[in-house]
Amino acid sequence: MRGLYDNEMKLEFLSKSSNEAFARITVAAFASQLDPTIEEISDIKTAVSEAVTNCIIHAYEDEEGIVKVVTRLINNVVEIEISDSGKGIENIELARKPLYTTKSNLERSGMGFTIMESFMDEVNINSVVGIGTKITMKKAIKKEEVQETISEEKNTKLIV
Amino acid sequence: MKSEYKELDNLLILKITEEIDHHTTEKIRRKMDNEITRYMPRKILLDFNEVSFMDSAGIGLLIGRYKTSRLIGGTMEIVNATPAVKKVLEMSGVTRIIKITEGQKIV
Repeated sequence: MRGLYDNEMKLEFLSKSSNEAFARITVAAFASQLDPTIEEISDIKTAVSEAVTNCIIHAYEDEEGIVKVVTRLINNVVEIEISDSGKGIENIELARKPLYTTKSNLERSGMGFTIMESFMDEVNINSVVGIGTKITMKKAIKKEEVQETISEEKNTKLIV
Repeated sequence: MKSEYKELDNLLILKITEEIDHHTTEKIRRKMDNEITRYMPRKILLDFNEVSFMDSAGIGLLIGRYKTSRLIGGTMEIVNATPAVKKVLEMSGVTRIIKITEGQKIV
């Protein structure tokens, strides 16, 4: 059955910090189907890393739980849903504030949501205390016109 | 992480060789603190040439070490940051307190 999306993948893993790199690399590899630039890919990796880290340190704290990542490709848009069944966010507005952290003892910078918001086009937070949190992020991959201009001296591809 | 101490200049060079995220920061922090307390350098140079990824965990790590370097009366500087890392550093405002130097060769 063909769904609403051009492509979709789902990941589920334990809330272990060693999975932070696994999650961001996997999402980036999947999103690379849209032919993003190096900068767009690194923006996506950073945003995924922030959201997954939040699940591990805040949602589940010292307990182990399941982190779910769904990535969808819709035309030229990457949509990433990262969810947990952890403790939930009491005050979303406060959590979004730059430099706000409940874990300053762990040298956390409080920049997680700020980075997600500035590296992605759209970030939505759904959270219910005691039930869990779902972050939905979107980023449009810009279609760049590649002109194969052959310069006189060198055969170089120019991206215009 | 690799480290090199130049006694003549009281300079400690710390070359970070892994991706910086929440998972790796604890180990990196321990190593950095060990080296800093061992040499009490007047200047710390962080070579980021081999850091291909850094998220906000790195911001916390850097601000923490910056505070330590201030406490011992030293300075801290980042060299050879890759574009992806530089974007996170600039966005977070770290560049306002820690100097980023471009294109410095460290042997």
